[in-house]
Amino acid sequence: MRYVDEFRDSRLIDKVARKIHRSADHSRAYNFMDVCGTHTMNIFRFGLRAVLPENINLISGPGCPVCVTANDFLDKAIAISRMPGVMIATFGDMFRVPGSYSSLEKEKARGAAIKTVYSTIDALDMARRYPSKEIVFLGVGFETTVPTVGASILKARKKGIKNYSVLCAHKTMPGALIAIVNDREVAVDGFLLPGHVSAIIGKAPYEFLSKTYKKMCVIAGFEPLDILESILMLISQKRPDVEIEYSRVISARGNAAARSVINKVFAPCDAEWRGIGMIKNSGLKIRNDFREFDAERKFRPKIGRVREDKNCLCGDVLKGVKKPTECKLFGRACTPEHAVGSCMVSSEGTCAAYYRYRAKDAGLRV
Amino acid sequence: MCLGIPMKVIKIEGSEGVVESGGLKRKADLSLMKDIRTGDYVLLHAGFAIEKIKPAEAKKTLKILREI
Repeated sequence: MRYVDEFRDSRLIDKVARKIHRSADHSRAYNFMDVCGTHTMNIFRFGLRAVLPENINLISGPGCPVCVTANDFLDKAIAISRMPGVMIATFGDMFRVPGSYSSLEKEKARGAAIKTVYSTIDALDMARRYPSKEIVFLGVGFETTVPTVGASILKARKKGIKNYSVLCAHKTMPGALIAIVNDREVAVDGFLLPGHVSAIIGKAPYEFLSKTYKKMCVIAGFEPLDILESILMLISQKRPDVEIEYSRVISARGNAAARSVINKVFAPCDAEWRGIGMIKNSGLKIRNDFREFDAERKFRPKIGRVREDKNCLCGDVLKGVKKPTECKLFGRACTPEHAVGSCMVSSEGTCAAYYRYRAKDAGLRV
Repeated sequence: MCLGIPMKVIKIEGSEGVVESGGLKRKADLSLMKDIRTGDYVLLHAGFAIEKIKPAEAKKTLKILREI
């Protein structure tokens, strides 16, 4: 077993889809939020909307970390990239996201040293290779990614690497979900919860969703059969619960070793989410004990007034209030090549998914 | 961004290892994992193994789906 093809078996997909049609209550509508950007992308990629009953509505949520990163973070990253002797290391997705006045891509064209990396380990290697430079890693991502960034800071301290630091905009998923369920504009009956965030945090942090807010929840894997099975589990719940579909990876307790790395290096803080605003305790900052690795404290970047394009609907798209196609910029002023908003530029952004697959899903409740 | 790829562990040296999938080999940091052995499948995210894949659970899921 390779854990990929088996979960893309078209005969089983047909079977589960038919079971969903038989099990769904056709007298009501189901509004389910797929929280994670990878879910959003795979629902389009595998054309899953086409096999679902009309009354199951999938709404994309705030689970693309690049998309929810506020402009002030990019403005700070750009300000640091202009400082002498600095090299920026970033995941590729951040490269083309527009800030208030520029983007990392534009800064690189003007001569800034900006490298895309696959892992924080690559960024640490840069620090070893270029001892006279300051390597600044852009720390963006949810609980899945945070332990890998924490581990790089622990490793830098252990190996005495002093020219490595992290500009931190990490966020935690449950905080965003609280904001979603408290927003009166968003009508969600249930959640497809993010599988790989859950690999780290386990099941308990979501239980308020079923207990307090009476939402149906399933922690879902990412292959087409995982997504369909999760939808079947959601419509079959007799009372709101948090179930695990992705049991080959997720344990109810999550990954304690990874969480201890998070807790050692980071502390909770309030965080600004694009489109949603400030959410209490939904972010992570580098603890005082590790302040020499905190790029914000090390470089104290000064930025101008933060601004966003008034016509961009990224905020409403991230909350699931609007669909990308309702934005007047979509496909006209805003395309993946010339993106106005982060949801169009990120490979897992909702606008990018709608744009890329719009022909495939034409006419299908997109 | 939270992409994770199932890969087989083929070599372990301390907290680092080599993982493989479809003939593609790459280095993996195993420091976030406990009790990893060669032959295990792990989920690789941004160069780190973040969780072990449980073959028995995968089989169980597929069995349930086949019996629907």
